[in-house]
Amino acid sequence: MQGREGHTATLFRKDPLKLDSGATLSPVNVGYETYGSLNADRSNAIIICHALTGDQYVASTHPITGKEGWWSRLVGPGKLYDTDKYFIICSNVLGSCLGTTGPWEENPATGKPWGIDFPVITIRDMVRVQAALLDHLGVETLLMAVGGSMGGMQILEWLCTFPERVHSAVILAAAARHTAQNIAFHEVGRQAVMADPNWHEGRYYDKAAKPDKGLAVARMTAHITYLSENALTEKFGRNLQSREAISFGFEADFQVESYLRHQGSTFVDRFDANSYLYITRAMDYLDIADRHGGRLSDAFKKAAHVRCCVISFSTDWLYPTSENKAVAHALNAAGVPVSFAEIDSPYGHDAFLLDVPQMDHMLTGFLSTAAKTRGLK
Amino acid sequence: MATIDQRPDLKLIADLITPGSRVLDIGCDDGTLLAYLVDKKEVDGRGMDLRQEGVNQCVAKGLFVIQGDADHDLAEYPDNSFDYVVLSKTLQAMYQPREVLLNLLRIGKQAIITIPNFGQWRVRLSLMRRGRMPVTKSLDKTWYNTSNIHFCTILDLFDLVEQESITVRDFVPFKADGTRLHMGRARANLLADQALFLLEK
Repeated sequence: MQGREGHTATLFRKDPLKLDSGATLSPVNVGYETYGSLNADRSNAIIICHALTGDQYVASTHPITGKEGWWSRLVGPGKLYDTDKYFIICSNVLGSCLGTTGPWEENPATGKPWGIDFPVITIRDMVRVQAALLDHLGVETLLMAVGGSMGGMQILEWLCTFPERVHSAVILAAAARHTAQNIAFHEVGRQAVMADPNWHEGRYYDKAAKPDKGLAVARMTAHITYLSENALTEKFGRNLQSREAISFGFEADFQVESYLRHQGSTFVDRFDANSYLYITRAMDYLDIADRHGGRLSDAFKKAAHVRCCVISFSTDWLYPTSENKAVAHALNAAGVPVSFAEIDSPYGHDAFLLDVPQMDHMLTGFLSTAAKTRGLK
Repeated sequence: MATIDQRPDLKLIADLITPGSRVLDIGCDDGTLLAYLVDKKEVDGRGMDLRQEGVNQCVAKGLFVIQGDADHDLAEYPDNSFDYVVLSKTLQAMYQPREVLLNLLRIGKQAIITIPNFGQWRVRLSLMRRGRMPVTKSLDKTWYNTSNIHFCTILDLFDLVEQESITVRDFVPFKADGTRLHMGRARANLLADQALFLLEK
């Protein structure tokens, strides 16, 4: 597909968005993409929810990097999520920086970018915005809600908050809460951003220099958590980067160092440092069971009609099988029809973005029966 | 793809299940029994299987199956959440068969269990004559590569069930081809290849 300027919807103009924090936002802009078209009985809509640093360009060229969509392997004409059959919606999450309202946007009260005056948001707030976007697009109910990692967390919030709008749901490599380890890694990332002298307490938008160093370090740390020890060893081992011997200095002697530096430096071109703070915070605050007296299954009581599929990956240590399985068991205990599998893959957490045939196989079977039970061919 | 007609042991189980009930099939494999129950008996069926390929095959049939292990994962299920819990030819592969059995009857109002009968005369004869762990048609793996680690006979299972004050609602000894044998437990222990137990607390 060709790169194009994304769509933007302006929502919550009359009725402000009420956030979990108690604050309100009005209006809220949402950057989104759609693929395919809504059928006559409006039964073929699928929302795909993106991960922390993902975006709405799920199957179209990214306007900044020029790279193809992050899940274009699976989304497109004739593909698993067939855009000839389904109406695919993907929107940039609240707090992010590709067209959706976030700390980079102008605060209507001051006429200046919000910075860290932007209210703290939650995963459920992101989902509230997505639900309003569906209203805007004339989509009442979804054939399927799909997401991996933070996208999967949004799907869990869909099941808690708007279960009546969902026919089926796929949760990949996710969790219903952030563990101490998850929060710890995010805190390192945030501290790296805030330690950058160019951060200026979040008020860097009118400055020439942005807190790129800090954001790059945050990305480097996070990137390690997306892979596995085996994946790193296999890809880089102790191989040296463009040199015959170690330099007895602090340049990127090793390929793995050079790779991480590259990941960090390209990330800052497409992401806003404050958005990174806000979205990681939203993930850290996620603890769905806590809102339901500590019992996760109580959160899903109203979702007993939703066909669910939960998938974890064997080498994912960020959102490990145990966390995914806890979700599957909670859904099961709530009477929600759910399938769960741990798929063998060497790629760590990032497996859900990569070519893992067993995942495709499971998603194919799940989607075709979900479509059939909704009366689609 | 296997159908229930090729699996007389599964047909015996299916015949016991009331239409429209809630069923958990542990060790559901490729979902042959579950698919039959869902299609023909309008059962609300769920499965559990160790193998990810098994789960995939079930999902492709529109079934709901959790990849898991009865030794560890049954504790997560609430009491009385199913009308029937089925454990077909799987008890002997459990690390803790007694705990699994008790869990089945906690989760389900009734449990349907089938076992390969290690007391069958061919098995006894094989052990006696060869002096080595029996390898037969229905027990076709050698001792070092079998997943069956807790073999029992029909009488052994009766002993355990009685010791735990579990009621045997139905007992069906049968041959490998699924033919029912109409006889008591002692004779069945000698003659039956397999046996089905319908249990209740």
